[in-house]
Amino acid sequence: MLNYQAPLDLAFQALADPTRRIMVERLSQGPASVSELAQPLDMTLSAVVQHLAVLEASGLVRSQKVGRVRTCRIEPTALHSAERWISERRASWERRLDRLGTFLVETDPTAKPRRRK
Amino acid sequence: MTVRNAKHATFTIERVYPASPARVFAAWSNKEAKTAWAYCHPEWPVSDHVFDFREGGREHLVTGPAGGTRHVFDAVFHDIVPDQRIVYAYDMHLDERRISVSLATIEFFAVAGGTRLVLTEQGAFLDGYDDIAGREEGTRIGLDNLDRQQRQQRAA
Amino acid sequence: MTERSTKHATFAIERTFAAPPSRVFAAYADVKSKARWFGGPEDWGKSNLKLDFKVGGRESESGGPPGGPVHYYNAIYQDIVPDERIVLTYEMHLDKTRISVSLGTTEFKPAGAGTRLVYTEQAVFLDGHDDAGGREQGFGGLFDQLARFLEMQ
Repeated sequence: MLNYQAPLDLAFQALADPTRRIMVERLSQGPASVSELAQPLDMTLSAVVQHLAVLEASGLVRSQKVGRVRTCRIEPTALHSAERWISERRASWERRLDRLGTFLVETDPTAKPRRRK
Repeated sequence: MTVRNAKHATFTIERVYPASPARVFAAWSNKEAKTAWAYCHPEWPVSDHVFDFREGGREHLVTGPAGGTRHVFDAVFHDIVPDQRIVYAYDMHLDERRISVSLATIEFFAVAGGTRLVLTEQGAFLDGYDDIAGREEGTRIGLDNLDRQQRQQRAA
Repeated sequence: MTERSTKHATFAIERTFAAPPSRVFAAYADVKSKARWFGGPEDWGKSNLKLDFKVGGRESESGGPPGGPVHYYNAIYQDIVPDERIVLTYEMHLDKTRISVSLGTTEFKPAGAGTRLVYTEQAVFLDGHDDAGGREQGFGGLFDQLARFLEMQ
């Protein structure tokens, strides 16, 4: 049986956040600079940098500064297949349970009707 | 050559929802409700969805990125206690390859203000899968889903 | 009203047999062979094992001490790799009450000329029916019976 060592818990924590999941998705398509990662996200650069720090601490992402540009990439050896599968199952459940929450709010029969765009 | 090596793991996730256990359970037991939230990748086309929610019944789902790997989900419902508990076994295939078999336990507890949902997955991961499939699985979330959540939060 | 609760547990048992993986696997795959070792103690009576050994196939057996509750075992085969692995899910009932649902993985690994068998069970015990290791002990007994069956072949 797999032991839940700290690296796995850190990876779970890292992937439990939707912003970090977007960042990991982007990086799984190829390396990116911090500003490239930040571009589609609706938050300050320092918030992005904080998320990146969590991803690096979890071992999922590696970054390297060359000159003034910090480039981030997925750490390919960080997760073996089984650990990656578990992270993905867990992340998948987290996303779906988020959507369940949204669905329950939207279908609440006691809520006042809201105007929606 | 396939390296055969099963790995086992268990994890638990809890959520509290501002809805009664009956409403939360209905989101799992009703096919139309379930399809509103339960697809891993709602942006992928679904070519087949069978849903027979009863003890001994099955669920079958075929989806995947257009032109890409076929993701097949097959479940059997082992234990159903209305408004309280669901236990089902499911396996996942990527194309022809069975990737995993898991037991999922979902419990619905009435708490002040709503329902505490406790999800426990006990899984057997079977054989490694290659990096291409791994990248496709990824930890993707549609930006429109995130946007919708954020709009929901701002409107609240 | 029944008090609802669950307890999740995982255990693993390893045994080494002198027989090669193909023979140990055959003891699982053939109903006549399996009935000789997979069952309760003698006072539970003759085996009524039914086995349809294929993915999606079912397995069932029942028995119990005379005058006591009847144990029902019902399994569904989830994954079969000949001579290497069997994965199934099964339910146990005591009379009409479901007491557990389990995921069982049996791996047959070559060990010299013999086999190292690894059985991992991930179980959910329902509504207070957890058994403080009794299930694990029960499997230990079954593997003793399997060892004797393989020796006698």
